[in-house]
Amino acid sequence: MYIIVAGGGKVGFYLTKTLITEGYEVLLIEKNPAKCDIYMEQFGAAIMQGDSAEASTLQEAGAARADVVIAVTGEDEDNLVICQVAKERFEVKRTIARVNNPKNEQMFRTLGIDATVSNTNVIMNMIEQQIPELPFVHLLALKHEELAIVEVKVSPGSEVVNHEIQHIRFPRDVIITAMLRRGELIIPSGQTVIEPGDELIVVTRRAQEEQLRRLLTIDAT
Amino acid sequence: MRILVLGCGRLGARLAMDAAAAGHEVAIIDKDPRSFSRLPGDLNAVIVLGTGIDEDVQRSAGVETVDTFIAVTDNDNTNIMAAQIAQKVFHVENVLLRVYDPARAETYQSLGLTVICPTRLVADVIERELPDFNLSSDMTGL
Repeated sequence: MYIIVAGGGKVGFYLTKTLITEGYEVLLIEKNPAKCDIYMEQFGAAIMQGDSAEASTLQEAGAARADVVIAVTGEDEDNLVICQVAKERFEVKRTIARVNNPKNEQMFRTLGIDATVSNTNVIMNMIEQQIPELPFVHLLALKHEELAIVEVKVSPGSEVVNHEIQHIRFPRDVIITAMLRRGELIIPSGQTVIEPGDELIVVTRRAQEEQLRRLLTIDAT
Repeated sequence: MRILVLGCGRLGARLAMDAAAAGHEVAIIDKDPRSFSRLPGDLNAVIVLGTGIDEDVQRSAGVETVDTFIAVTDNDNTNIMAAQIAQKVFHVENVLLRVYDPARAETYQSLGLTVICPTRLVADVIERELPDFNLSSDMTGL
C-alpha cells in the first residue's frame, strides 16, 4: 500500500515515522526546504519538497498510484484542496484530511472528503470518557456522523424520573438500547421505569443529541 | 444585486467600491482589520472581520441573501474553500473566485465553479502583445 502524507509538521512527521515502521510505502511532502533537509536524514527517499496542493507536485509524487492521501497541514483550506486535487485529478481512492477547526469536520464531508480527523474532537472525546462525573458522554460516532451512541446519566430532577419509557416523550429517532442501574445491566422495555442515576446507552441522531441531553440531565422546573 | 466580496486587498476593495458606486448592496470580509483602510470611510458597505472559510462568518456577512459571491483573497486555497461553502452550503447563484495556479484553476473550473486565473489571463495578453511569441505555432497554421 502506497500512502502520501502532505504536510511535515509534528503530526505529519510522526505519522510518517509510524507508517514506515509499520512497513508501508510512504512519501512525506513538505513545503519548507529547510525542514526537508532535516527530515532527509531520518526518512531518506521518503521525503519530497513541494506544495502538495499543486498538481505537478502530486504528479511527481506518483499520486496516481497512491492508495491513500493524508493531508495534515496546519491550514484547513490547504488540507481540503490537497484532498480534492488528489481525488479529482489523480483519482486517489481514499483521502483523509486533518481538520484544525472542529467546525469544519461536517463541512469537509459535504465537500467530498472521505474521512476527517480533528485533534480537538479526539481529545474532547477522550476527556469526556475519562471524567466519570460528566452526565453525557459520546461513546461512538457512527458513519458520516449522522448517528451516535451516547451514554447519559439521568439526573434526579429530570422530568423522565419515575416514568415508564413508553410514556416519555423522547426526541425522534432515539433508541434506548441498554441501561445500567447500580452497576447492573438492564435491557429496557416500554414498561421499564426510569430511576434517578440510571445510565442509559442510547442510539441517537446527532441532531437530536442536545434535546436528549436536556431531557435527561436538566432539572424540570 | 447583492454582492459579497471575500478579501479586501487591492482587487477586493476595488470591486466593493465599484459595486457600491453602481448601486449594488455590498458586503466585504477580510481577516486583517488593516485591510479595510483601503476602503473610503464613507463607503456604503457591510464590513465583516473574520476568515472567509468559516460558514458563520459568511453567514454574518449575509451570504444567505446574496446572489453573487466573489472570492479574491491572495490565497488560492482560501478562495477555493470559501467559494465551495458559498456554492454548496448556501447555494449562492453566482460564485466567482480567483485562483493563481493554472492547474488548480482548471481542476475547479471543471467542478463547476467560475474560476478566474490571472496567471493565464496575463500570459495570454503578453503573448498577444508580442507578435513573434507564437511564431512557430503561426507557421504550423499556415
